[in-house]
Amino acid sequence: MGKHVLVIEDEPNIIEAISFILSRDGWTVATHSNGHDAVDVVRDKSPDLVILDVMLPGKSGYDILTELREGEATRDLPVLMLTARGQSKDRDLAERIGASRFMTKPFSNAEVLEALRELVPQ
Amino acid sequence: MPQGQLTGTRIRERRIMQGMRQAELAQKAGISASYLNLIEHNRRRIGGKLLLSLAEVLGVEPSILSEGAEAAMLATLGEARAADPSAAPVEETPEAFAGRYPGWAELLTRRHRRVLELERTVETLTDRLTHDPYLAAALHEVISTVTAIRSTAGILADTPELEPEWRDRFHRNVNEDAARLAESAQALVSYLDEGAEEQGGLASPQEELEAFLKDANYHFAQLENGKRSEVETMLQGADVLQSVAGRGFARSYLERYIEDGRDMPLDQVLACVHEYGPDPSSVAQMFGVSLSRAMRRMAELPKEDGIPEIGLVSCDASGTLIFRKAIEGFALPRFGAACPKWPLFQALSRPMVPIRQVVEQDPRGDAAFVAYAISEPATPPKFGEDPLFHAHMLIVSRAPGARREERTAPLGVSCRICPLQDCAGRREPSILTDGF
Repeated sequence: MGKHVLVIEDEPNIIEAISFILSRDGWTVATHSNGHDAVDVVRDKSPDLVILDVMLPGKSGYDILTELREGEATRDLPVLMLTARGQSKDRDLAERIGASRFMTKPFSNAEVLEALRELVPQ
Repeated sequence: MPQGQLTGTRIRERRIMQGMRQAELAQKAGISASYLNLIEHNRRRIGGKLLLSLAEVLGVEPSILSEGAEAAMLATLGEARAADPSAAPVEETPEAFAGRYPGWAELLTRRHRRVLELERTVETLTDRLTHDPYLAAALHEVISTVTAIRSTAGILADTPELEPEWRDRFHRNVNEDAARLAESAQALVSYLDEGAEEQGGLASPQEELEAFLKDANYHFAQLENGKRSEVETMLQGADVLQSVAGRGFARSYLERYIEDGRDMPLDQVLACVHEYGPDPSSVAQMFGVSLSRAMRRMAELPKEDGIPEIGLVSCDASGTLIFRKAIEGFALPRFGAACPKWPLFQALSRPMVPIRQVVEQDPRGDAAFVAYAISEPATPPKFGEDPLFHAHMLIVSRAPGARREERTAPLGVSCRICPLQDCAGRREPSILTDGF
């Protein structure tokens, strides 16, 4: 069985497309679309990697990542952050909070796959 | 497969769309049904007389069957693949893909063109993106939808063996997202066209004043006779003036307008401009007023034959724009700082020295302008206190095709969206050349 990835993103068609390409690449994919209880879902599902959008309903991706880095079990969890804003200050903030990788929308499917394979070699 | 060989597919599609049987089309075009079948499956190339006959029977231009729109489509499909060099290589060429799935190829082409259009729109809007939270949220919606389309289109293009149910689902998603994108883009365009003034409560008092002046084309005929009593009536009737501060700004402006009209009567200013040209120093000398007052009066002139379009921009000592009257062809930034090369800012560094310069913002066009700039104290001088200066720049359009006898200085609007390379004044990267 492949590695587990949790996709936290509120755009349904992005979820569907990413889930499809990741599944075909051998990943076991879970999804969640609300920022409010995202941290609880991460703790509950214990994925090998999280793909986390910055702008989510309920709580921002930055706040979610900050909480994950504070928890012992999730301190070193690989997190790929997605955002529509690619300015250097957004990238710096993501890195400061502890994002493993930062990707700007729109991205290609190949970029996502490459990033995941680097973060969690199969 | 060369593009001409897709003629057969196109003929077949047109025939089917019209509910015509193969035998019927063949008979009307004067060929056998079996030969038409070979043509429709791209096993025989045609041209000349037979192409004309088939086009006539189908009721279309021959070029619709042979090339034209299809050449552009194949080029766009190739472009879409080239725009994503990190994608896994596929053996299928754009021609083969378009031949097998002409409808889906057309859909992908349209979506790719729309994505490019929207990416260009996003680039030019980024100046506002930094300062306008509504716009930031709206653009996030657009970019997320574009991401969904890109990701889904990538799956469709890169997975030739995709199961039909997945293919149908993803095509539905692309269609759905395209509709959402169209709505979001239209809402965004409406928002930008209407501007913050119509959202009430969101515009600053300065923006309310600008909207008030713009509605009146910066000219108030009813105040030219000096009647102060008209001011309150005008303010009460102005829906754009929502705040007390906005009405206060407008009241001060109109009272100053009356004083300017008293010291520089309209008919005499118009006569001066007609005789001596749109040079503010002529108006200032005629009426014994400062250059800044002359500039302000000239910006308030009504539209009239023989008077060019006149814009005006003012800034305080920090370089912040405090007054904007734009004219076509010379864009003023709505948010953020302006181009440091404007004569307006040169005037700040040379107080009380008039500056005249021929400038242009778009070197591709013929729209050059004459800019007159001056920096003057904003308040009467006081002993022991350094004066605060305001700078003013009158922007006068030149007649199209006017000979350019003077050197023209290229300017931008704002560094963030300026394409000028190697500019000594650049203070930040341009998203037009350096991307986000």
